[in-house]
Formats: sequence, structure tokens, C-alpha cells
Amino acid sequence: MINSIPPKKEVKISVRNLNFFYGNQQALFNNHIDVYEKCVTAVIGPSGCGKSTHLRVYNRIYQLYRDQRAEGKVLIDGEDILNPSTDLLELRRKIGMIFQKPTPFPMTVFENIAYGLRLHYKLSKNEIAEKVERSLRSAALWDEVKDKLNKPGMALSGGQQQRLCIARAIAIEPEILLMDEPTSAIDPIGTSKIEDLVQELESQFTIVIVTHNMQQAARVSDYTAFFFEGEIIEYASTDEIFTNPKNKKTEEYITGRFG
Amino acid sequence: MKKKAVIKRRALDNFMKVVSFVAAMAGIFFLFWIIAVVFARGFSSFNKEFFTGISVDGAEGGVANAILGTLIITLIATFIGVPLGILGGIFLSEFGRNSKIGNIIRFSANVMMGMPSIIIGLFVYTVIVFNTKTFSGFAGAVALSIIMFPVVLRTTEDMLSLVPNSLREAALAIGTPRWKTTLQIVFRASKTGLLTGVLLAVARVSGETAPLLFTALNSYFWPFEPWWKFWHIFTHPTPNLTVTINDYAMSPFDGLNKIAWGASLIITASVLLLNISARILLREGKK
Repeated sequence: MINSIPPKKEVKISVRNLNFFYGNQQALFNNHIDVYEKCVTAVIGPSGCGKSTHLRVYNRIYQLYRDQRAEGKVLIDGEDILNPSTDLLELRRKIGMIFQKPTPFPMTVFENIAYGLRLHYKLSKNEIAEKVERSLRSAALWDEVKDKLNKPGMALSGGQQQRLCIARAIAIEPEILLMDEPTSAIDPIGTSKIEDLVQELESQFTIVIVTHNMQQAARVSDYTAFFFEGEIIEYASTDEIFTNPKNKKTEEYITGRFG
Repeated sequence: MKKKAVIKRRALDNFMKVVSFVAAMAGIFFLFWIIAVVFARGFSSFNKEFFTGISVDGAEGGVANAILGTLIITLIATFIGVPLGILGGIFLSEFGRNSKIGNIIRFSANVMMGMPSIIIGLFVYTVIVFNTKTFSGFAGAVALSIIMFPVVLRTTEDMLSLVPNSLREAALAIGTPRWKTTLQIVFRASKTGLLTGVLLAVARVSGETAPLLFTALNSYFWPFEPWWKFWHIFTHPTPNLTVTINDYAMSPFDGLNKIAWGASLIITASVLLLNISARILLREGKK
């Protein structure tokens, strides 16, 4: 692997020798990456190369499925979160996740956000209302939904639902946001709103975004990791990956010769 | 030549269509026939006495006690069978998917659903009635709850399995504990389906006679009187509609036969109502 990132920023997530298995089938091979604090790292690569699988290790969401397992080390703030003694609820408070398809809870817009707040904090009614508004504003959704707070979350448009999910994630004050192809089910206008949002949130959160849209990676990210067949082939600043890739596979992929 | 083959094929097609349609209509025809007969005969026996009286003396009398008894037995059965069924369904859908124990439970539930209800009645007779030395509404409720359990279990599992995993992941991803994810998020997403399952299970048992024959038996009195002697549900035979139908329909007296028709109408109408509500609920839920 080629790693040519000048150590300007603090390392937030540090992955060492990560292997991942679906049953007997290995999906990730010796992944090794340092994700930097308060910037956007894009994960690109052809379908089935393990981008999402890699991301889903960070908050151990894969554990919902009994036949999936990870080996190796994933250090977040220096602590190995693959350690069985990790408090998963606290880990997931610290690490928000946005999925491919918007997944609003079957409740009102307001409750969608208040739910997570009540889960992690003891707050008064006023404090909850205040935080709901603040996170909706941060997710650039407040103006569109301030009159629809009591409508079901499902009643919003796809793009709005996805920003609702972002608001829900940032309401509980995480440090890291994982985005798994967050715009793949969203129309172009919704997509550009979410991309703008990602760049705004960058100052507060460490963001890792999986995307199969290379323009998107180029637009929003500071660093880019190229995955191929479960391995991280190249990891560098986004400028470098897109203008001067060191690896031939990377070059072939970003110039559209495969994938 | 080719044209002839086409004509022949189309004729055969249409013939099959008509035959299968007639077959389907025959089934529905009997349903409507049964409903029509029950309504026609049953309605004529409805009067004030029918709904308020208890003892039957020749042609005079009512089934108020049996209506109350059936309600109580079904209610107790629901309180036993539904929570067990829902919890079991949670296990199958949330924890036991593709696991060996899950497959065993699922298979057993399917076997249980096909079990003749008279066997369940006999089983409860030997386990409860024989040991407590009395017929009781409670024993009847236990028998009915055993019939309800696999129905609720399987519908709960099916309904919860319809909830996409992405919703579970989304809930877990904000740090929701697993049990809250199930009870507060997944349940909410499938609540109409779950309610439908419960309604269908109640409908399934509300017409059962055989399991009550050996357990609740029947009586010509109120299930308990006065009201504070409610424990009689555990110690005395309890009047109920289906066994009443069984007793009166076989009677040589016209008056009793008429009352059996009236009781049949009550059961038929409630089962219809439960099924229709379940349909409506499910349709509303899909919106």
C-alpha cells in the first residue's frame, strides 16, 4: 500500500491488520489505514470491493449478524474497539452512521431525533426541543420541516429523510460520522444538499464516506482510500489520488477503465 | 394448419379458465350459503330473552351466561397465549433466524397448528381437569391458549421479519440497546401486522368446541354469581357458546334448536367481524 499523507492532522481512527469474514469467506484482507480527525475521508472502489464492509467494522454494526466477524485492530482514540469489553452503546453514541437508504424511525420527525437524545442523556422537555431544533438546523433541514415536526418521518422526501437521519445522528453529539453511500438513493438536488452538508459538518466531525461516485469523492473529501478486492490499494490526499495516482489499478479505476 | 392449432389452443385456454373459475366459485358459494342459512335461522331466535336470560325452559330462555362465559374464556386464553406467542415470535425473528433451535421451534409450531383441537382438549383434561377434579373455564382457556400460541408465534415472526434489517441497523447505530430496538422500533414498524395476528388467533379459537367439551364443559348458570365469586372460573364448569350449540342442536326440542341457531349466528358474526377487521387493519398498515 502506498501511504503518502503528511502527518498534519491528528489520527482519529487507526486500523491495523483488519481481516473480515462472512462465514468462511474472507472479505477484507489486512486493511491498514489512519483516518485523520475533522476532515472527510472518502472510500472508493468497485462494487463488492469491501468499502461498506470496512466501514461497518468501525461501529461494530456487523455484529447484528452472527456469521460475520472481524480480526485485527481498530483503534479509535487509541482504544481497540474490537475488544469484546467495548461498550457498544457508548461506541455507537460516539460514532454515528448514515445508511444507503434513508431509515427514519416509524415516528414523527421530532421523535426521530428526540429518541436518541433520551437514550443517551437525561434532558428536560425544553432541552430536548432545543437540541432537536439545533440538530435539524445543523442538518440544513429546519426551514423545511419546522412546520412538520409532528408529521411522520416517512412523510418527508427521500433527500429530507436522509438529512433527518443525519440530524438524528449528530443530535447525540458523536465525534465520527460514517456515511455508507448516503446519496445513492437520493435525487441530484438532494444529493448536492447532502454534499454541501458534509463539507459543513467537516469542521466538527471526523467523516468517513463510502461512495461509488468519484466526482462526489473528489468534491467532498480531503483524503481518499481506494479499495480493490478487499484490500486498500492506495490511500492519499484526494488531490493526489485523482491527479497523480501511484498505483496502476487506482489510475484505471478513476479513469473509468473498470468498476 | 397453423391457424387451427392457435384456435384449438385458445379454446383449451378458455375452457381451463372457465373450469377453474367455476371451481373457485363453488367454494365461495358454500361460504355464502352457510352464512345465509346461519343469518336467516339465527336472526329469528334473537329477542330480549335470548340476550338476557340464562336458563332454558322449553322454548323460553337465553344464552347471556354463555356469551359472558365465552368472552371470559377467550379473554383469559388471549392473556395467556398472546404474550407467549409474541415473545416466541420475537425469539424466532430477532435471535433464532437460521439457527438450529429456531428451526426446531418453527417446525414444532407448524406441527402444533395442525394438531386436532380435540387432542389439545383431552391433553388439558388429563393435566388440569383430572388433577383439579373439576371442569373449569380456566382449563378451557388454557386449551384455547395452546391453540392460539403457534398462530400468534408464526404471525409475529412473519410480521417482524418483514421489517427491513436496515431499520434495526439504524436503531442500533445510534446506540439503542437490542431489546429497545425490538420493542420500540421494530414493533412500532409492524404494529398493525402484530395486531392482525392477534385478531386472527382470537378468531381461530372463538369457534372451537372440542377443546372446551372436556375442559370448560357447560352450565345453565352464570359463570359466577355474584360478581365477587370470580374464582368460580377456576372451580366450576363455565357456560360457553360453542358447547351450548353442541348441546342444544342435538336436542329434540325445537326451542332449544332455535337457540342453538342464534348462538351459531353470534359466533359466525364475531368470526367474520374479526377477520374483516384484520383485513382492514392490514390494509391501513400498508398505506
